[in-house]
Amino acid sequence: MNTIKQNLPSLDAALPYFGTILLILGGSYFFPQILGVDYLTQQLQIAAFLGLLALGATLVILLGHIDLSVPWVLGGAAIISTSLVGSGNPVLAVAAIPAALAFGALVGIINGVGVAILRIPSMVWTLAVNSMLLGVAVLNTGGFNPKGEASATMTWMATGDLVGLPVAFLVWIAATGAMALLLKRSGFGRYLSAIGYNEKATFLSGVSTPSVIFAAFAIAGLCSAMGGVMLAGYANQAYQSMGDPFLLPTIAAVVIGGTSILGGRGSLIGTVGGVLFITLVTSILSVMQISDAWRNIIFGLIIITMLLLQTLRRKAQ
Amino acid sequence: MRDLLKANQREATAFLVLAALLTLYLTTHPTGANTYVLTIWANQALILALAAIAQFFAVIVRGIDLSVGAVMALTNCVASYLVIGSGLDMALGILAVLVVGVACGLLNGALVVFGRIQPIVATLATASLFVGLALLLRPTPGGRIDYDLADAFTLDIFGIPTALIIAAAVIGLFWVPLRRTGLGLGLYAIGSSEQAAFQSGMPVPVIRLASFAMGGLFAGLAGLYFSFVTTTGDAGIGPNYTLNSIAAVVLGGVALRGGVGTLTGALAGAFILKTIGSLMFFSGLPPLAQPFIEGLILAGAIAIGGAGVLRVKNRLEVFGK
Repeated sequence: MNTIKQNLPSLDAALPYFGTILLILGGSYFFPQILGVDYLTQQLQIAAFLGLLALGATLVILLGHIDLSVPWVLGGAAIISTSLVGSGNPVLAVAAIPAALAFGALVGIINGVGVAILRIPSMVWTLAVNSMLLGVAVLNTGGFNPKGEASATMTWMATGDLVGLPVAFLVWIAATGAMALLLKRSGFGRYLSAIGYNEKATFLSGVSTPSVIFAAFAIAGLCSAMGGVMLAGYANQAYQSMGDPFLLPTIAAVVIGGTSILGGRGSLIGTVGGVLFITLVTSILSVMQISDAWRNIIFGLIIITMLLLQTLRRKAQ
Repeated sequence: MRDLLKANQREATAFLVLAALLTLYLTTHPTGANTYVLTIWANQALILALAAIAQFFAVIVRGIDLSVGAVMALTNCVASYLVIGSGLDMALGILAVLVVGVACGLLNGALVVFGRIQPIVATLATASLFVGLALLLRPTPGGRIDYDLADAFTLDIFGIPTALIIAAAVIGLFWVPLRRTGLGLGLYAIGSSEQAAFQSGMPVPVIRLASFAMGGLFAGLAGLYFSFVTTTGDAGIGPNYTLNSIAAVVLGGVALRGGVGTLTGALAGAFILKTIGSLMFFSGLPPLAQPFIEGLILAGAIAIGGAGVLRVKNRLEVFGK
């Protein structure tokens, strides 16, 4: 019984990897270039942006919460980093990335305060925080695309290569590895799932549940900010609502990776698979050069299929 | 009267806030209070109110519907093809629009009930599907709704905005009777405890499906009313309405954990949210500061609603059931 329980997340987590392999094989039948090294490494690079966001989102979803402030934490971090670099002051330029990350962590803590102390449902509170961030951004930039540029470091992180692999991919995997280690080796990981299962019982066992919630939301904010910094490096600028297209794919990637939206059960390795899957679906759909309408329809149908497969697999057990 | 107020404390608070905000809005409006101003305000608010009611039917049975805006976009696009022509054409067109809405709701419900997918995730996926279908119908905004029909629903009757009459009709002719049926009771039973509802012999899957179907119906009505107000079809209207509908039900006192709140409250919440937006517009605040203040008020309103936990004596109570 115990072994089944331990294997449960890994089976769910394996599903998106099977899906990814199927997509590559199936796609390459129609488009041979998909099997090329260039195409696949490019996918790893693009997946890194979604991957960083989904990494943070996994922690929050394990808690049984959700973070809807991703778009404007991402956008805000991009605006902060590019405008600090664009200011021309070398000291400020060096501070660009740390400042953006600090901003992300700060917003994360604000999210955590609303959820853990005021007990506001995370879905509504992070939504309100998101709209306030949007407001601050509009106030500062006047609704135009903010001036500024990416630093050499940011561009390198987003588009550089290291031993044949995209730096962005390496950053993503390093961050995921570090997080996986933290979750496995410290009490934090266990407390996350425990709160996701039953917050009251966790609190009664003597865990400071608010601190765990703060930490999870702060890390999520950090990840979103990192995604924003790298996306700004990729585009060499920040632009209004650059984060909006990422919100729903982030949640979809986490859930397809086998993490329960109710919290308590899931894995980072599954999220990595979910991110690769979503990135490939999106990419292959755009290679096919079909209309926006069909892209949306097929994307929706594929996600529904993956979710139904999860249910079927659990019923079969 | 006092018992009635006590039983509907959340709704009463919501309506008091709404009355205060509306008074403030009408007094600060440059042209003052008149039917025209009131009609524009009511039309805009009713679109969001119908979307919030759609959201209410998902939230009351402990779910979230992320496809409300997408269903609105789809039904809006369908309406832009069908709600035109002779009287019979238009009647059938409206019927078709509502059938599309109910079908969307039933698909969501089937995925949740038979597919055992969490509502938030299932509707996230179907939203993409619905927006795709809407884009298929209207790749670019276009089409037309019969102007006379649109006027009939968006102007006023004897000085009272039609939108307000529709809102009152929804409460009086739909919600109050529904609340007294077994179905109405079942919604609350499932939202409070699905297990207890099941063990009491309630047909949980049927009630849940019915709840999603009604959600789809009201999302369709929201899309239809949006069509009357704009008289055109646009596949891109969704995202704003989905998120605002969630904010609206929470402002209206509907608990996201299910089983608490009423349709009336959701409707009031939507009117409050829209009034705040309209207030901003004529407030004389710098336009660039308005989105921020709007977000601040939303966060503040929700935080005040949540501030009750600070008065809780036993810390365990804050974890809820």
